[in-house]
Amino acid sequence: MLQGHVIVLVAFAYLGVLFGIAYYADKRADAGRSVIANPYIYALSLAVYATAWTFYGSVGRAASDGIGFLPIYLGPTLMIALWWLVMRKIIRISKTNRITTLADFVASRYGKSALIGGLVTVIAVIGILPYISLQLKAIATSYAILLQYPEISMPPSAGGAPLGADTAFWIALILAAFTILFGTRHLDAAEHHEGMVAAIAFESLVKLVAFLAVGLFVTYGMYNGIGDIFGRAWLEPNLLPLLTPLEGVAGGYGTWVWLTILSMLAIMFLPRQFQVAVIENTDERHLKKAIWLFPLYMLAINVFVLPIAFGGNLLFPDGSVDADTYVLTLPMAARQEGLALLVFIGGLSAATGMVIVETIALSTMVCNDLVMPVLLRLKRLRLAEQPDLTALLLGIRRGAIVMILLLGYLYFRIAGEAYALVSIGLVSFAAVAQFAPALLGGIFWKGGTRLGALAGLSAGFAVWFYTLLLPALARSGWLPISFVEEGLWGIALLKPQELFGLAGLDQITHAMMWSMIANIGAYVSVSLVGSQSADEHRQASLFVDVFRQSGEVGGARFWRGTASVPELYNLLARFQGAATAESAFADYARARGLRWPGDALPADAEFVHYVEVQLAGAIGAASARVMVASVVKEEALTIDEVREILDEASQVVVYSHRLEQKSRELEAATAELREANERLKELDRLKDEFVSTVSHELRTPLTSIRAFSEILREDATVDAAQRRKFLDIITKESERLTRLISQVLDVSKLESGRVEWQGARVDMREVISDTVTAMDQQFQEKGIRVQVLMPSEVAPVNGDVDRIIQVMLNLMSNAVKFCRPGAGIIEIALRERGGELRVDVSDNGRGISEEDQRVIFDRFRQGGDTLTDKPKGTGLGLHICRQIIEHHGGRLWVRSRPDEGACFSFTLPIEPVQEKAA
Amino acid sequence: MGKQVLIVDDEPNIVQALEFLLSRRGLRVSVARDGGEALRRIEADRPDLVLLDVMMPVMSGHDVCLRVRERADLRHIKILMLSAKGYAAEVNRGMAIGADLYITKPFSTKELLAKVDQLLDLPA
Repeated sequence: MLQGHVIVLVAFAYLGVLFGIAYYADKRADAGRSVIANPYIYALSLAVYATAWTFYGSVGRAASDGIGFLPIYLGPTLMIALWWLVMRKIIRISKTNRITTLADFVASRYGKSALIGGLVTVIAVIGILPYISLQLKAIATSYAILLQYPEISMPPSAGGAPLGADTAFWIALILAAFTILFGTRHLDAAEHHEGMVAAIAFESLVKLVAFLAVGLFVTYGMYNGIGDIFGRAWLEPNLLPLLTPLEGVAGGYGTWVWLTILSMLAIMFLPRQFQVAVIENTDERHLKKAIWLFPLYMLAINVFVLPIAFGGNLLFPDGSVDADTYVLTLPMAARQEGLALLVFIGGLSAATGMVIVETIALSTMVCNDLVMPVLLRLKRLRLAEQPDLTALLLGIRRGAIVMILLLGYLYFRIAGEAYALVSIGLVSFAAVAQFAPALLGGIFWKGGTRLGALAGLSAGFAVWFYTLLLPALARSGWLPISFVEEGLWGIALLKPQELFGLAGLDQITHAMMWSMIANIGAYVSVSLVGSQSADEHRQASLFVDVFRQSGEVGGARFWRGTASVPELYNLLARFQGAATAESAFADYARARGLRWPGDALPADAEFVHYVEVQLAGAIGAASARVMVASVVKEEALTIDEVREILDEASQVVVYSHRLEQKSRELEAATAELREANERLKELDRLKDEFVSTVSHELRTPLTSIRAFSEILREDATVDAAQRRKFLDIITKESERLTRLISQVLDVSKLESGRVEWQGARVDMREVISDTVTAMDQQFQEKGIRVQVLMPSEVAPVNGDVDRIIQVMLNLMSNAVKFCRPGAGIIEIALRERGGELRVDVSDNGRGISEEDQRVIFDRFRQGGDTLTDKPKGTGLGLHICRQIIEHHGGRLWVRSRPDEGACFSFTLPIEPVQEKAA
Repeated sequence: MGKQVLIVDDEPNIVQALEFLLSRRGLRVSVARDGGEALRRIEADRPDLVLLDVMMPVMSGHDVCLRVRERADLRHIKILMLSAKGYAAEVNRGMAIGADLYITKPFSTKELLAKVDQLLDLPA
């Protein structure tokens, strides 16, 4: 037996925890370290979508309809995929205009029309009342059932008990108090309710954990897994239809489609969803994560719906237990006291989360879009002369919260028993779906007019009222039931659930079809027939083109008149309090490099617009407009002037696009030029270096030549042997000089591409034989043994035969120079492989160090030991060889290890086989 | 005893020419083929004059000159730089880091000997 006070205590303790979380988050927000500014909290707060209806009602629906509960979760999953397109735009518009509620949004779009704001508010409040009553019902019922533990009995129907003894009434009052604590801390409704969002995100976790716990317990604790449950259900003839998809759904496919559409719209336009998704959004980019996190949540909370539903149907086959309570009654039947309590808390989470956010959103609407516009227009109240209206604003909001919850309770008393949980929720879904044409049309279609929106909203709402709300009241006995069964005044065509003879549909599908036809039809046709005022034209353009406007300044273009700064300050202070007004003015001044107070702020269009937007955050766009207009002298713009400004603006946009384009092109060109310049500089530097090196290389042999020449001329005492030696040096150095000059010319020609290459078929066998013959004398002088290995025939290559011979000579004379003194061996090998010819020239000298191997192909880099008296090279030979070989499409490289000689190899591609036609 | 001169150059033929010229002048001549060897010889022989080529592999004449000028006990040694780089900037750099005179290659043997005499305070 669970004591009533234990349950109440646990419930209050839980609410206390929630409040603690909210308090902490608010403190953190005040300190500038927001806890909600992350995509995970954002996604969790969106899960406020899952209310007591999900928590208890999904199982109820599944127990009678099979997978018929799914469209309600399928819709949001589909819709959220489009959010980057749709929701990001709504968020951007709302931030730019400091929109406070859904009603504010629609009113603002249609020329800041107070009438539309009021109408949307009325529809929202009336439409949502059933939904709120559903939450009250869920908490009250679950409390009553839990109180009977371990007995399982359904509580008597609502409305029977006297007011003071009715749990639902007290729940309504407690929730009202709680919501006031959460939701009216800040006056500025455009500010984030950080504490509330943190608490809601926490509640989303709690209800998920509780539901999963029940699901796991029922599936694996009471039964042996999902297979077991379905297997048993299969054997029950009355459960069989539920296992066939779609069969169990009244109306079949059509209903599925409509329910999916309905919930697609609900996820955007339920006031609480608009609140958490738009108003409480801290960063558009959070949408990106929410787009996959939210569907994941939906999936998780639906996984165990069918197992629980079938588990319940199997355990309570006689229908004595309401399927909506299976989530709670199954653990109770299994004597799981703790789990039952957890379920109760989970359900409480789901219900309170919904009620708190929904009521905050609705109370803001009621205050800003319904009460304030009326009060401000009542001249008798002299509101405009009150010095401080903040207390009044807060009072209205608090009153609205209490009123909304009491109305919800009233609906619960009046009509609470007419429908199951799911149906009550759908009635509300259908109501908010009426916002879709005006809102979606408003952000994508500039042609929608104020009158069109009014007509559409009114028509849709009227149909909803007639086909869904009135029948609910009739079924509860508050209206004669004949109205439903025989039609208004007995006219069959006016039967609210078979309007104009449209029969055979379930009531939701029926209502949706007629209301959407009426709504969209009226909105579009009236918009097309009528014309827009200047205000409407301006707002339409600001909304539809929000991504092309530059924020707050965008709206300022449309204002012309005179204003005084002190008056604007007083206005803001009256509605927001002096402190807020002070900091708003200081922010504005700081952004423009001024100081407030101190410097004179320019009372120009931009500033007036700024004040209006600030004010809109507190009292809504329509009222803000009225209030600002009361303190400034505004010259009304005609529709033509608005058009002109818009045209100018779009021209400016086009022009500035073009300018941006140009400047990007210029930047690119500049970068290219800079790069080219750098390349030139580098080339210039390389050329200087080359000239300097060449001059150095030329001066060296010249120095020897000159020195020895002068010695021979001046000094008569030089003996004959020395004289010959010196003359030898002079000759050798002259030769070196000559070689150097011709190679420098060669390099310069090769590098500038001015070489005239001769093309011919070259037989490498011949080239090798010729060069070996040419070098024969040198080989013999030095006693070098030469071995030539080549096949009897090789494919010809195409190339400049003189240049290839030059390479061979160079490599061979290097080999001669470096091979082992006195016992030199040079091997020359020619091979054909892989489409190319390869020539290796190896010697048995001291080899080339790895360090030198890396540089010997560079200009003026010579390997080896300069201390020896070896004939000096120019340092250009190998560089030229490589250039020649690479020109022919081949490669030249060296392999060597110290004391094991060096092997220079090069390849030349074999001439492709050509047609013999030529 | 004649004065001692160290010839530092990596070109054998130039070394040979200098060696011949200076020996004829009655000077004692030693030879180093790179910067490292030059420093060792300077340390060992304490020559009166160094004919120092600038462009040498591994350690340049500039580096050798700097090392010598760092040492108080070697500072008295005269340094005559020889370089195939004839730019004014090169000359200035050589003088700045402590060379006593600077001659560009190719040089006139007469001029070279005159400068050597001048640095060694020999009668012309």
